[in-house]
Amino acid sequence: MSARLVAKGVAIPNRLAPCDLAFDAGTVTMLVGPNGAGKTSLLHALAGLSGSTGSLVVDGERLAAMSPARRVRHIAFLGASREVRWPLKALDFIALGVPGDTGSGRVDAVLRSLDAKELAERRLDHLSTGERSRVMIARALAPQASALLLDEPCANLDPKWQLTILARLRAEADAGAAVIVSIHDLELARQHGDRVIAIDAGRIAADGPPEETLSEERVAAIFGVAREGERWVRV
Amino acid sequence: MKPNLYLLFALLVLGLAGASLTIPLHALPELFAADPELAWIVVAELRLPRAMLALVYGAVLGASGAAIQALFANPLASPDITGATGGAAFGAVIAAYMLGFASPFGIALGGVAGAAIALALLLMLAGPRAETATLLLAGIAISAIAGAGTALALALAPSPFAFYDAYAWLMGSLVDRSLPQLAFAAIPALAAIAYFARCAPALDRLALGEDVAEAMGYDIVTLRRTVIIATAIGVGAAVSVCGAVGFIGLVGPVIARRLTAGHPGRAILPAALIGAALLLAADIAVRFAPPDRSVPIGVLTAIIGAPFFLWLVARMRWSVRP
Repeated sequence: MSARLVAKGVAIPNRLAPCDLAFDAGTVTMLVGPNGAGKTSLLHALAGLSGSTGSLVVDGERLAAMSPARRVRHIAFLGASREVRWPLKALDFIALGVPGDTGSGRVDAVLRSLDAKELAERRLDHLSTGERSRVMIARALAPQASALLLDEPCANLDPKWQLTILARLRAEADAGAAVIVSIHDLELARQHGDRVIAIDAGRIAADGPPEETLSEERVAAIFGVAREGERWVRV
Repeated sequence: MKPNLYLLFALLVLGLAGASLTIPLHALPELFAADPELAWIVVAELRLPRAMLALVYGAVLGASGAAIQALFANPLASPDITGATGGAAFGAVIAAYMLGFASPFGIALGGVAGAAIALALLLMLAGPRAETATLLLAGIAISAIAGAGTALALALAPSPFAFYDAYAWLMGSLVDRSLPQLAFAAIPALAAIAYFARCAPALDRLALGEDVAEAMGYDIVTLRRTVIIATAIGVGAAVSVCGAVGFIGLVGPVIARRLTAGHPGRAILPAALIGAALLLAADIAVRFAPPDRSVPIGVLTAIIGAPFFLWLVARMRWSVRP
């Protein structure tokens, strides 16, 4: 297996302690952690956003040295916000995420793959939050980047759409991408991740296969919850 | 926006500039018959700078309005409403009456500094992703400070005629400006417009969210700083020559975005063309004032622009987002 994304010493002062991570092609990595633990910070640091430090190498190339048109082919980022800044059509919004692309049909293809063809001509501010989420996920998937960094792609989605998106991300991984996703639902993380990274208080508390990271003791220690039969209870 | 639409707007601007050179029409043929040399001087040294000033000032207002609306992700941000125009007027008055700069360069420098301080203050008060209310309130406060400061500076100015002189200038006037004055407004304005046009792809990507634009490799922190500086340079220099002209920087971009399917960055050049057309038209309209009166151009743009602003605010209030 080859590493798609290699991060060395990435950190955000006061929010994320320095960490070294590598993400392989064909894998889905789930980031879990309590609210405010640093999932979003880790994703920001892995995307090289302002305020973060450390070195990032994607497909053997330094991320910082890439032009915007090249960068989108290597790294895709979906932020936590589903806020609409400008009332663009869904189609135009997705097209903005693929600079330098003219009529390759990628935008159409990604909309079709997310059953969102009927949203194409509608304005973002006229969509429901769930529909908007789908358009924003489509925007991140459209360039077919080798590393996908998605902040809570399943938030605001109904159960069927959560599974649809996770299946779609699995397909991206099978096509050779390294998929990194933050998620709150520990069951979904366990079932759909090849690797789970647990973050607590700005540092990586556990990193490994789902059954290790999400073992009973770890979950109790990090999240303060435990399974009691069918129910989750506070500990 | 489609290329033929650009052509149409460019032709409109050229047509209005041509009209600006020849209106009032009846005076010119007589003058050419009586004294062709004087007639040429009227056209080349009075009407040409006036038309060119209207063109570049309108264009820089439109373009910078589009750029800062894209930057603040808010359709109500514009040079006048953010206080940049008021700050520029204040800076220019300080330079002209308190520091005693008589040259267009010194006054332009004052205008640029005033606009830059106003915009920096706005960014500090309202933050980079300003809510409409915060943005408007901060803009009102900055405009009020700049307005009061301007009045105070004029009241305390050594020249007893300061108020009278400055009135004709600050209310917005393109009349009787010299070619050097034209240069001091036009060169910074055109440079600013060229810079905004270069930023258009990054400003469009800002619509995806600041974090996403950054992840795509656009340096948003630098972009914010440079767009503010370019606005201060372009608008500040123009205000120092032509005074404050409101609402063009608000109306131009709003119309332009209708033509670019809402893309805020792509709207920059269309907004420049629309701004130029609007100010040229307004400058032609003020010539139809009664013969012994003159109407400041800033008054006309405010009379037409303020209701438009109200309509925009009402629409934002009634819909989820415009």
